[in-house]
Amino acid sequence: MLNPIVAKSLRLMNMSGKSVLKRIDWLSVLFYLILVFIGWLNIYSSTVTEAEPQILNFKALHGKQLFFAGVSILAILLVLALEVNFYERFSSLFYLIAMVILLGLYPFGKTIAGATSWYDLGFFNLQPSELAKVATALALAKYLSDIQTDIKRRKDQLYAILILLIPAILIIPQPDPGSALVFFALLFVIFREGLPLYYLGILFLVILIFVATLKFGTLWLTISLALLTTIFFLIKRKTFKVPIIPFASALVAIVLFSLSVNFVFNHVFEQRHRDRFSLWLRLEKDPKKLEQIRKTIGYNTYQSEKAIESGGLIGKGFLEGTRTKGDFVPEQHSDYIFSTIGEEWGFLGTSLVVLTFTFLFLRLIHLAERQKNPFSRMYGYGVVSILFIHFLINVGMVIGILPTIGIPLPFMSYGGSGLLFFTILLFIFLRLDANRLKESF
Amino acid sequence: MKRLLLSSLVILIGITFLGRLSYLQIFSFSPDQIAEDPAIKTIYDYPERGYIYDRNGKLLVGNDPAYDVMVIPREVKPLDTLEFCSLLNLEKEKFIKQLRKARVYSPRLPSVLVHQLSKEDYGRLQEKMRKYKGFYIQKRSLRYYDTNSAANVLGYISEVNERDLAKNKYYVQGELTGRTGVEKQYEEILRGRKGVQYIQKDRFNRDIGPYKSGSLDTIPEQGKQISLTIDKVLQEYGEQLMVGKRGGIVALEPSSGEILSMISGPTYDPSLLVGRKRSRNYTKLYNDTIANPTWDRSILAQQPPGSPFKTLNALVALQEGVIDENTTIRCYNGFYVGRSKKGCHCGGGLRNVNSGIYKSCNAYFAGTFRKIYEKFETTDEGMDVWEKHMKSFGLGNYLGYDLPYGQKGRIPSKEYYDKWYGDNRWSSSYIISNSIGQGEVLATPVQLANMTAAIANRGHYFTPHILKKIEGEAISNPKFTEPKHTTIDRKYFEPVVQGMADVYRKGTAKWVQIPDIEIAGKTGTAENFTKIDGVRTQLTDHSVFVAFAPVHKPKIAIAVYIENGYYGSRYAGHIASLMIEKYIKGDVTRKDLEKRMLEKTLEHEYAKPYSGEEFKINEYVW
Repeated sequence: MLNPIVAKSLRLMNMSGKSVLKRIDWLSVLFYLILVFIGWLNIYSSTVTEAEPQILNFKALHGKQLFFAGVSILAILLVLALEVNFYERFSSLFYLIAMVILLGLYPFGKTIAGATSWYDLGFFNLQPSELAKVATALALAKYLSDIQTDIKRRKDQLYAILILLIPAILIIPQPDPGSALVFFALLFVIFREGLPLYYLGILFLVILIFVATLKFGTLWLTISLALLTTIFFLIKRKTFKVPIIPFASALVAIVLFSLSVNFVFNHVFEQRHRDRFSLWLRLEKDPKKLEQIRKTIGYNTYQSEKAIESGGLIGKGFLEGTRTKGDFVPEQHSDYIFSTIGEEWGFLGTSLVVLTFTFLFLRLIHLAERQKNPFSRMYGYGVVSILFIHFLINVGMVIGILPTIGIPLPFMSYGGSGLLFFTILLFIFLRLDANRLKESF
Repeated sequence: MKRLLLSSLVILIGITFLGRLSYLQIFSFSPDQIAEDPAIKTIYDYPERGYIYDRNGKLLVGNDPAYDVMVIPREVKPLDTLEFCSLLNLEKEKFIKQLRKARVYSPRLPSVLVHQLSKEDYGRLQEKMRKYKGFYIQKRSLRYYDTNSAANVLGYISEVNERDLAKNKYYVQGELTGRTGVEKQYEEILRGRKGVQYIQKDRFNRDIGPYKSGSLDTIPEQGKQISLTIDKVLQEYGEQLMVGKRGGIVALEPSSGEILSMISGPTYDPSLLVGRKRSRNYTKLYNDTIANPTWDRSILAQQPPGSPFKTLNALVALQEGVIDENTTIRCYNGFYVGRSKKGCHCGGGLRNVNSGIYKSCNAYFAGTFRKIYEKFETTDEGMDVWEKHMKSFGLGNYLGYDLPYGQKGRIPSKEYYDKWYGDNRWSSSYIISNSIGQGEVLATPVQLANMTAAIANRGHYFTPHILKKIEGEAISNPKFTEPKHTTIDRKYFEPVVQGMADVYRKGTAKWVQIPDIEIAGKTGTAENFTKIDGVRTQLTDHSVFVAFAPVHKPKIAIAVYIENGYYGSRYAGHIASLMIEKYIKGDVTRKDLEKRMLEKTLEHEYAKPYSGEEFKINEYVW
């Protein structure tokens, strides 16, 4: 089935293709290849078994991942071969199709580990939320770059936010709150395009109050807020005419919000969510009990931290990670792949990965900023935002500074849909970038 | 600003992650400990546990080989379960359950699948073991007892539990440790040190040679042989005498403090707590809460000492100068405390120290006790002096012997009475019962024996101890080899010893005389109470006897405490005299008495409080 498409795309490339391969940003491609290579190496290390050590074993997980790496290369060729304005023109259609596919999960989806997030395509399970990330980034760029759109208008702000909210809302009940969270990263695109930064301030405040309420309780929060405002008034009363009513209502809103946080935490969250937060924020004071919680509820994080710690500076060596071999860290080939790197390659390996990601993001931001076409710039920002939030949440979780939220590490974690669509996501942008100087849109 | 937002966040997170990673991997880098590293297999070589001998070199405890079937769950390959189970003599369900349990404990560490195979099972299994991957046989040694006595002294060993593992890093799951008695007290000496061998494994779990070329490996250190101060013959004899009776016997060598025998009745055969049947038998013994065979009465039963305590009161009075040998007190077949009269069985008349002791006159000692207190201006002061003297005999506190359990007994202090009656709201008449060893005084049999040894030595004792030699070398711990002096001068002991000798010659114990051996002793008859359905009910008196022999150059000091045995010479006196004769002569000439004591039981007495009916106490049924 693939052959005609490949043939066609190769033909297309020959028409304008030589120049595409020449003009593509090879630095980004290099970073990409490094990450995929390191990822696969560590998937191999954490899934290889005594009985079947051979590399080309497509029954084993590392073999499947190798197969998808191959598929991804074909996908790259296809992405590069297609007309450059294809993406912009059909982005709304992609978005629509992606949303329908997401909806279709509810009647037709396959349930794995409690979440109905996959279609069973026989030879592999497709996770449409990965596809939706690409579609949403395209659609948002398309909407924001529309000549009619003015991001300073409330209505347009609302529409823009709605574009990323819809897939999130469709994904939450799968349930897959981790993947849903990812779409909010696209807010960075809207900020870049002029959404006032005080929205960010409010967002930041909301998170702050949420955390402070859980950590210190509503009462202490209120008392300290009251104290702070009193001090503020005392200092500023001479020079500053304070608008009492909005100020006071803001304070009341904060307190009400804090109360509702308590309600949501205690009545809407499930116990496992509460446990994750209580572990993350160290809500348990008794050190013995805390240690107990770390080893039971926080088992995954505890084990991954231990595995990383035991790696030291230079690591134990490829295939020598004793904790990896002992299957100490659950899900080590997928969400916790970073801990394998930590154990076997030590700080040298982990810092290499962190730096590669960081340079890739900075490079992509740089590429986005040099786009003449606003659509390309906005899509570029969307790509960085999505990749970055995955990186942030996944690595943050594995090294124990963020609560457990199960999303994969782009290009590295085991998972066919993940690798394929992250690749497509990235290479659509590189395709756009390769054409930035051509006016022929 | 809006252009820099994302880039600065990217840089910030990058730095944060690098910081956290360097904290984890560089600053708190903790290389995996060998024992926890799944890539290193640890093989232990267990030394044989040390043998235990008695004071004369007779074997008490040795070893028998035993074989545990071990399993490493993740190495198990599919197998013919039925055949394997029939080899192991195990039901299939049990096998599956055990295997699951082992996997839960750890998939990669060995667990015990079947404990302590019999030799026959081992023989059958050994050849076929190669077929079953993931299983192997670990040789251990089991305790073998060459005696059916001294269970309380020897103690037993059992597998380490979670608490032991947490407390002592030496042990790993499945190992054995001493639980009570000598096995617990001298665990490290008996155990030796296991040898350790580390094997490096590759990722396919194959052995690829010694870890760090064996530089960390150790060879096992043998457990040491120890000799106890126990006389096996005397111990076994005492336990035979105690059949059907409850109580404790402790015999000491006064010149050294060595414990010649330490008997608790009822007791059990130590072989019951060995091997596979241990836990079932232990539960059975432990659940017998009425007879309580696992409770070592010789060191744990705190009882009123009764009349033997009079000897100490006489010593204190002599030391304090409130009486001398000729001081007399008249007994009116009893004595008065305020207006109430307390009885006395001595027959009445004038009493001095000598006849006070050998006739066990209550009135004489009540009077003497008063004199001690009247010497001082306040009872508080008198109480302090009295308490100090009594405690110098090793009463009212832990004696410091080398067994893991004990009880303090009680010598009441002024604080004790202040608490009980209120500050200064008591006087010597409240505490007068202490003069005759009733009242608030409590002592364990080993304390009574030690007190007797102190009298036998005329003023000092050696802390009782159970360990005589390690690998044939006598112990040199000054705690046990240096005498402890009482606060009573040597010269005051003669009249008391004389009285105790007369107890035996013409007093309350003249019925228990042994041909050719001069004994000094003191009978005791201790009143005691229990609660039946919440009602305080008096039970038949405890029979108590303390003695040492010979009077000059004593070789043995003994305390016998028989619960509900009635008056002192009735059970305790006879048993003590048989023990003394057995120890000094090596055989008993009074076969009739011996037969009677071996056959008599007190079970009917012990059944009384549980009968639910009215019962008589202190009956003269023989």
